[in-house]
Amino acid sequence: MALSLFGQKEIEAPPDIEAASLRSDRFRLEREGDWKRLEGIVVSLEKGRLGRISDDDLIALPVLYRQAASSLAVARETSLDAATLAYLETLVRRAWFQVYGTRTSMLGWLRRFLGGGWSASVRAIWLEVCIAFVVMAAGSAVGWLLVARDSDWYYALVPGGLGEGRRPGATREVLAETLSGQAGGDGLTVFAAYLFSNNTGVSILAFALGFAFGIPTLLLLVYNMAVLGAMMWVFVDAGLGWEFTAWLSVHGTTEFTAILLSGAAGLHIGRSMAFPGERSILAAAATSGRRAAQVMAGVVVMLAIAGLLEGFARQLVEPPEARGAIGATMALFWLAYFTLAGRRRFPRATAMEAR
Amino acid sequence: MNTAANLARQRAHNTRRRRELITPEGLALPLTVASRGARAGALMLDLGLIFMVLFVGALILIALGIGFFDAASAENNPGLELVLVLLILLLFFSRYGYFLWFELGPRGATPGKRALGIRVAAREGGRLTAEAVIARNLLRDVEVFIPLFFLLSGEADGVTGVAAGIWMAAFVLFPFFNRDALRAGDLVAGTWVVESERRKLQRAMSVVPRTPGVYRFGDAELAIYGEHELQVLEGVLRQNNADTERKVMEAICRKIGWEPGHGDERQFLEAFYEALRGHLERGMRFGKRKKDKFSQAE
Repeated sequence: MALSLFGQKEIEAPPDIEAASLRSDRFRLEREGDWKRLEGIVVSLEKGRLGRISDDDLIALPVLYRQAASSLAVARETSLDAATLAYLETLVRRAWFQVYGTRTSMLGWLRRFLGGGWSASVRAIWLEVCIAFVVMAAGSAVGWLLVARDSDWYYALVPGGLGEGRRPGATREVLAETLSGQAGGDGLTVFAAYLFSNNTGVSILAFALGFAFGIPTLLLLVYNMAVLGAMMWVFVDAGLGWEFTAWLSVHGTTEFTAILLSGAAGLHIGRSMAFPGERSILAAAATSGRRAAQVMAGVVVMLAIAGLLEGFARQLVEPPEARGAIGATMALFWLAYFTLAGRRRFPRATAMEAR
Repeated sequence: MNTAANLARQRAHNTRRRRELITPEGLALPLTVASRGARAGALMLDLGLIFMVLFVGALILIALGIGFFDAASAENNPGLELVLVLLILLLFFSRYGYFLWFELGPRGATPGKRALGIRVAAREGGRLTAEAVIARNLLRDVEVFIPLFFLLSGEADGVTGVAAGIWMAAFVLFPFFNRDALRAGDLVAGTWVVESERRKLQRAMSVVPRTPGVYRFGDAELAIYGEHELQVLEGVLRQNNADTERKVMEAICRKIGWEPGHGDERQFLEAFYEALRGHLERGMRFGKRKKDKFSQAE
């Protein structure tokens, strides 16, 4: 056994294998140099110090790992040295975690994610996206109809803080005032950051609630859209329908798509747990959960963009035509991205296979 | 023998948490599912750490903010604005980013998990993917943070309060209703939390130079004990405590009908250990194992 195996550490004398009287101890002494070498590599990997591992060691890692694993298998059948067995078990386990660890860098993951992994996941849950869309449309219709029949419903639906003079019966001027931009740019970054963190919280909630077979997610979607429908009615009633739509669409096309996707992701988990098909519930939950997580990572990105649009663009851009143009551009962009991105790299076959 | 009963219960408990994971190359890898207590402890540590960082960070930012507030007029103050944005982002990332960041690292564990020697792993033995870590931490929101805020906000009264409490309890208590102590996030992500303690390689037992032939044990004497007693003896020898060694020696001598001598406890125990291990390992090679002193070799 070459001494260089011990790397930079102080050079230990090779163990005197013949001195051991037990056969199982001789087995161990013959191999412990390799085990310690593997342990050194694993420790460096765990600490994230890849630069300190020599090329030789990196090449030897899989071999050393397999050797240690087979040593463990042999030792279990031939040795009663509890300490050595325990050491080997932990060593093999730690090495396994490193050999099969999360090895993609954050940047590599991001490239794969934006380059089509995200849109492929969105396409894979198309059915839930449709369901969530219908539910959201129904929610806003309910909000509209309720307030149209009896304007008191508005106060029941819309939380007090959101009002700011937007209420049924308010004059056209007061309502138009709430849609106007702000002169200058004070406090807009704070507003954007607040919107981002708040909306993301709501989306994550909508997603996480999907775990209860998706029902709470549906309720959350209906409620949130009912607020929108109620508000829509108030503005249309005052003859400000187009201005309100344009005002909303600046960030709304991005934000509502994000909420739609988070709801769909939650439903996807709920649906696959309620109807796992031929797989076990656990397996179904795991595959759908991972796919939904990818959608959700994208939702966070979208909400960051929506926060910026809402905080800056909507406040600084005044004319409804320009606002509408920004909103429509964003809507088209997302539609194109989700339907087209990564079609070649992530064909439908792999998405189905993951299912 | 209270301690012995405890030990037995401990061992039974440990075997109940043991799992075998088949790795992609077909190796059986022993894993121990982390106990619920260890996971709760890790969560407490992490929450405490988050709270401390938040507290210190908020103090620094507020101090900065007050400085900016004094320096210029409240209107149009970019410094104050930056501080507020940082504050909001700090809150956001401590809630959603902390667990994600650490569990995506090579150790697959937050500082709290590391302190308790546990980590996250993929359940079916493959790679722990970023998606899995994201999924398990998104559900943490309804499992940890929302119940936490619910309790702290004091809204837990009335019929709706009780209903919400029951509903949240279903999430919080989820790990108690399955064998692998999975929480909802683990279920959805296909992960579990396992022990990942580190151990040092102890010295080999049979390399101590010894004058041969001082102690000789016959087959009848070695047939009394089994693997469990051998491992207890190994623990005693590694502990290196003279008092315990004396007691163990007396116990063994009583059992095998020898007269215990004085001053050579260690010598005797090492020799007996070696002989017993040699005897039992020889049996193993022929497919005969003896679990403990109560069982017959099979």
